[in-house]
Amino acid sequence: MAEAVTQETWPGAIYDLLRANGVTQFGYVPDAGHKVLIDRSLADPDVHSVPLTTEEEGVAMIAGADLGGARAVLLMQSSGVGNCINMLSLTQGGRFPFLTLVSMRGEYGEGNPWQFAMGQAVEPVLKAMGVIVLRAETPADVIPAVTAGITMAFQSGQQVAVLLTQRLIGAKKF
Amino acid sequence: MAKLNKLQTATLPDAVLDRRQAVPALIENPGDFLMIAGLAGTAWEMSALTHESPGLFGLGGAMGAAPMMGLGLALAQPKRRVLVATGDGELLMNVGALATIALQNPPNLTIICVDNGHYGETGNQDSHTGLGVRLDVMASGAGFPVVHVINTEADMAEGRRLVREGGGLTFILLRVKEGPATHLGKKNLVPHIERDRFRAALFG
Repeated sequence: MAEAVTQETWPGAIYDLLRANGVTQFGYVPDAGHKVLIDRSLADPDVHSVPLTTEEEGVAMIAGADLGGARAVLLMQSSGVGNCINMLSLTQGGRFPFLTLVSMRGEYGEGNPWQFAMGQAVEPVLKAMGVIVLRAETPADVIPAVTAGITMAFQSGQQVAVLLTQRLIGAKKF
Repeated sequence: MAKLNKLQTATLPDAVLDRRQAVPALIENPGDFLMIAGLAGTAWEMSALTHESPGLFGLGGAMGAAPMMGLGLALAQPKRRVLVATGDGELLMNVGALATIALQNPPNLTIICVDNGHYGETGNQDSHTGLGVRLDVMASGAGFPVVHVINTEADMAEGRRLVREGGGLTFILLRVKEGPATHLGKKNLVPHIERDRFRAALFG
């Protein structure tokens, strides 16, 4: 499967992978990097597509979903990681399975100076809060990285972030 | 220290109910629900009320988590009635969650805000609601189809009915006097133990 994934098809392939692994709650603050996943979740009658007002709501939703036996994922941009920090004490302390996909800004080729502070802080902040960080740099990395994250979160009960890097997504000039 | 003035729009009467009676009277039989309780007074109170029932996940931190945990749980367990009980301070910290929850509109979810108008754990400072901010109006504005305010004993019967029978996604503002929550003085709420107990009770 991984070798068939291209720059055009990786977002849809992530959605199919999450659904094949039983994810039924998709929480997100809209971001261009997650457009396909958001649209697919909105069109899917078998999942709950949950727009959030701030990313930390999604951390708490994931914990509640787990209490009820459901699997959830949080889709956010790198800036949203900063909005989650204290809420990650819930997933760490509660040993809740936690999976987030982070579309990165403020790194490779970024043209907007506002994005750098949080973009560069994503990895240390997540690690400080007990979240394991995986990176996908190319289309070929995407499915293996998300597959690894799913296993680590939902089988091993870890808190995992998969960073969809700016090399993968393409740098924005604004 | 400058005094904070009460909002000129503040219209609700002074609270008269004692939470130590009002919370148990509203919830009655906690075993009928899956419950999330926000930090801190509310979690202690619900823990005491339920005799530390495994159907309760009580929060001792992660302020602002309770309503959205309730949403995730309610969506995951659509055949069970889910109650979130939390304080005004905890709800205010993530008040946008009311908008998020209303858009999902899970009919099996009720949020009870035990509103004492104060930050009871930190020196009893006035909270925004104590100065006139209306969480019931915020819930209505967010789109909660059912909103009920309990000011006095006379409002309690309708609150009890809504908790048990619903009628859709419900927000109940239970206005209580400042004063201590019931606290049995037991051990800390340990989050991973709370999780394991809750899931074991639900799934065996």
